[in-house]
Amino acid sequence: MTDATAPSLPRKSKSLLAEDDRTKKRNAAEKRFKYYGIAAISVGLVFLVILVATILREGTPAFTRTAVTVDFVLTQEQFDEAESAVLKTAAYTRLFSQFVADQAEEKGVATDLTDEDRAEIAAGLERIMGKIGSDIRVHYRENPDDVGSPVRFNLAAASRVDAYLNNGQSRDGFVSSRFLEEQDLDLIDAMVEIDMIGSDWDRTFFFGSDSGVDNPGGAGIGVAVVGSFFMMIVVLVLSLPISVAASIYLEEFAPKNRFTDLIEVNISNLAAVPSIVFGILGLAVFIQFMHLPQSAPLVGGLVLTLMTLPTIIISTRASLKSVPPSIRDAALGVGASKMQTVFHHVLPLAAPGILTGTIIGLAQALGETAPLLLIGMVGFVARAYPDTFVGGFTEANSVMPAQIYTWASRADPGFYEKAWGGIIILLVFLLTMNIIAIILRRRFERRW
Amino acid sequence: MPLTWLVLTVLVLAVLGYVVGRVRATQSAGGDARNLHSLPVYYGMNVAMSVIVPAVIALIIWLLVQPIVISASISGDIPDSAIPEGSVRSLVMSEIRRVADGLDNAIDMGVMTEDFARNAGADLSDMTQRLKDAGQVITQNVSADVLRWAQDYRAMHATGDLLRSFVVLAIAIAGLVLSWMRTHKDFRARIVVEKLVLGLLMLAASLAILTTIGILLSLIFNTINFFNLYPAWDFFLGLSWSPSFSGRGGLSELGVIPLLWGTLYISFVALLVAVPIGLLSAIYLSEYAPPAVRSIAKPMLEVLAGIPTIVYGLFALLTVGPFLVSVFGQDGALGVNWMSGGTAVITAGVVMGMMLIPFVSSLSDDIINAVPQAMRDGSLGLGATKSETIKQVVLPAALPGIVGAILLAASRAIGETMIVVLGAGAAARLSLNPFEAMTTVTAKIVSQLTGDSDFASPEALVAFALGMTLFFITLGLNVFALYIVRKYREQYE
Repeated sequence: MTDATAPSLPRKSKSLLAEDDRTKKRNAAEKRFKYYGIAAISVGLVFLVILVATILREGTPAFTRTAVTVDFVLTQEQFDEAESAVLKTAAYTRLFSQFVADQAEEKGVATDLTDEDRAEIAAGLERIMGKIGSDIRVHYRENPDDVGSPVRFNLAAASRVDAYLNNGQSRDGFVSSRFLEEQDLDLIDAMVEIDMIGSDWDRTFFFGSDSGVDNPGGAGIGVAVVGSFFMMIVVLVLSLPISVAASIYLEEFAPKNRFTDLIEVNISNLAAVPSIVFGILGLAVFIQFMHLPQSAPLVGGLVLTLMTLPTIIISTRASLKSVPPSIRDAALGVGASKMQTVFHHVLPLAAPGILTGTIIGLAQALGETAPLLLIGMVGFVARAYPDTFVGGFTEANSVMPAQIYTWASRADPGFYEKAWGGIIILLVFLLTMNIIAIILRRRFERRW
Repeated sequence: MPLTWLVLTVLVLAVLGYVVGRVRATQSAGGDARNLHSLPVYYGMNVAMSVIVPAVIALIIWLLVQPIVISASISGDIPDSAIPEGSVRSLVMSEIRRVADGLDNAIDMGVMTEDFARNAGADLSDMTQRLKDAGQVITQNVSADVLRWAQDYRAMHATGDLLRSFVVLAIAIAGLVLSWMRTHKDFRARIVVEKLVLGLLMLAASLAILTTIGILLSLIFNTINFFNLYPAWDFFLGLSWSPSFSGRGGLSELGVIPLLWGTLYISFVALLVAVPIGLLSAIYLSEYAPPAVRSIAKPMLEVLAGIPTIVYGLFALLTVGPFLVSVFGQDGALGVNWMSGGTAVITAGVVMGMMLIPFVSSLSDDIINAVPQAMRDGSLGLGATKSETIKQVVLPAALPGIVGAILLAASRAIGETMIVVLGAGAAARLSLNPFEAMTTVTAKIVSQLTGDSDFASPEALVAFALGMTLFFITLGLNVFALYIVRKYREQYE
């Protein structure tokens, strides 16, 4: 029998308060790991900040425009002369540029203009302002009484002029092109000096409609906002009752059987189906099969309803579930039928939660683009507001995200600014809806 | 009678029914509601619902069936000889429909009168000119046959609409009268109404099944049409994607492999961005972050998920793409000249990764929180540091759930459309270089189905086959992911 204990390992007697190497390493790893987490969150938040900053920086210029403001006088003789000319709009353009040149001379920014100078000014003005002649002509033909008295014209300038003025009139890196030449910048400077050109709110952008592919300055999102509005009405009117009904059935009445399981499986799968597949469904069923009008808000609303139903059903069921069973028991106990219990007691108590879920579902539908491209809301220029209320649903129109996509896919970079501006408007709507949802939840949500 | 008025009339009848039903019930009880079987409201509702429900169901069925019947009847009238060379019956039908719609619009705009539109002997060039004046898209002169069929089509629709109004109104009135006659103080109105309501609730719930069936049918039928025109073998195994624009299909190569490759590659890059960032964020938020940080950072991250994808698409196209070119492109910051254009796999992938971060982080956060606290306590009690606990206890326990979350994110990435449409380019390519433009299944669905309204060519129909592929891939991923997540959750409950 040996009493010999195992030889104890040579042990440095050390204070427990001093860290040894291994502990140091482990603590360092601990710290590092924590920093990884912070770094990951920061990257995510930096992404968000960059995204928001980009949107604001690129989009806000779309809200203002550079406009040329002139108190133009057209005499009766000039009017008759222009109307009898072969190229009528060209005649108006010439008269207008003459007037601008005269004004410049009068205010003393230019002296002794020769005919050549004047011709150059005319050409420059066309580059700066586009085809002004037709605008002026349309005005005088519609208001013949204005002939002879000064009329204030507020005409949009080309997008490149916009860019030049927004850049603080800096000519660094300016390249002459057929759109804007070096000498036009002198003309712009002169016009700025006599206060003829300046920036103001672009009402066209807020209230106007899309323009053709060659006129980014005249493009607006107003009509698309109205289209989105009509589409959201369709989505709201259909998805709210249907999803509430479906949720009530599944949550309160459905027996546990194969059929119920089938519905449940379908709802959870539909929630994860890519949105473009709903676009295919809409194209095949609503347009190919039922021949509903293409690119109408009604069809878009139907497709988005099918797409958002699973989302709203899931949140509606959650809020029905959160109503405690004691409420049901009490109602049943005093003799209410099952249906009365649900409609008189459970549903009102779940209403705030249902509304919140519905608003969030609507916000999701408002920003959805892909399925709408398939039902024809692209490559289509929505030029006018719908004539009637019913027409708002059935006439071809555009909606905000589809309009943004249309602008983004055009070749002219002038439309990019509009697309960013449209995104700001879209996000303002989404933000408002989400804030309303949050307020509703805070205000009315009851914790049992 | 226009549809709006028809619906309004039915609604008015329903309100009327409510009132008369209620009044009759109260009268039969001698004015004392206590003698009634149900509350008076239910008698009114019974009559109102007997008006609305059958009438609306009849209306919906009529709206669905009438176009089919009329199209079939007209289509049956078209002799084979009348179908132009290189065209098909459905194209002639759509031409007829276009002319008929054009006539309607022209009458609305006052370009022609109803009589003129019905006049079978109308001068064709005059008719065409008037249609053009009304802004209708008519490419050539309307042929006599097409015009005649279009007029038939309109006439049949007019008759159909008239019949529809009669039938729907008759059903509504019959419902009103019958249920009004049944109203009596011993009639069990509440039971009947509640049964009907339950039926409606069930119908609403079944809409999910109907939607799935609708998706499947619209995909399957068109895909079968496509495979009749283009061999399925070449579609699934073809290594080249180059649709011809002629619409004849003879020269098109419609192989799905390059598109699938682009889809998977972009999704892979997206997950490469989203998974580490999302997972580490989730770990930090659930294990380390003080409540104040958590309550701010979590909603902020989730904002990324609420931003519409079109915004990300534009961001990829106009900001991220040019930025990446300025780094990796010619004369770029690195001077490597790898990237020639802004639209590339990496552009779309990075932006899509941004979008998926909150998706991964919220799901993983839930799953990490579901790991029982006792497991952490045990590990910490043995002297492990917090990070060792996370790496060696919490993460292995949560792993199946996290894999499920990543799979769900992958299915989102595969189905994502707008970012790739704007950010990934349009060229189908089988390449490993992430700086090259590639295209995806979703982007091609959009490009094949927009602009062209002719669904008879293989170039358009291929989109349905692509949709089918996409549907089954995402469905498979989702089912698998949900299975994993559910199985894992049950483990600790």
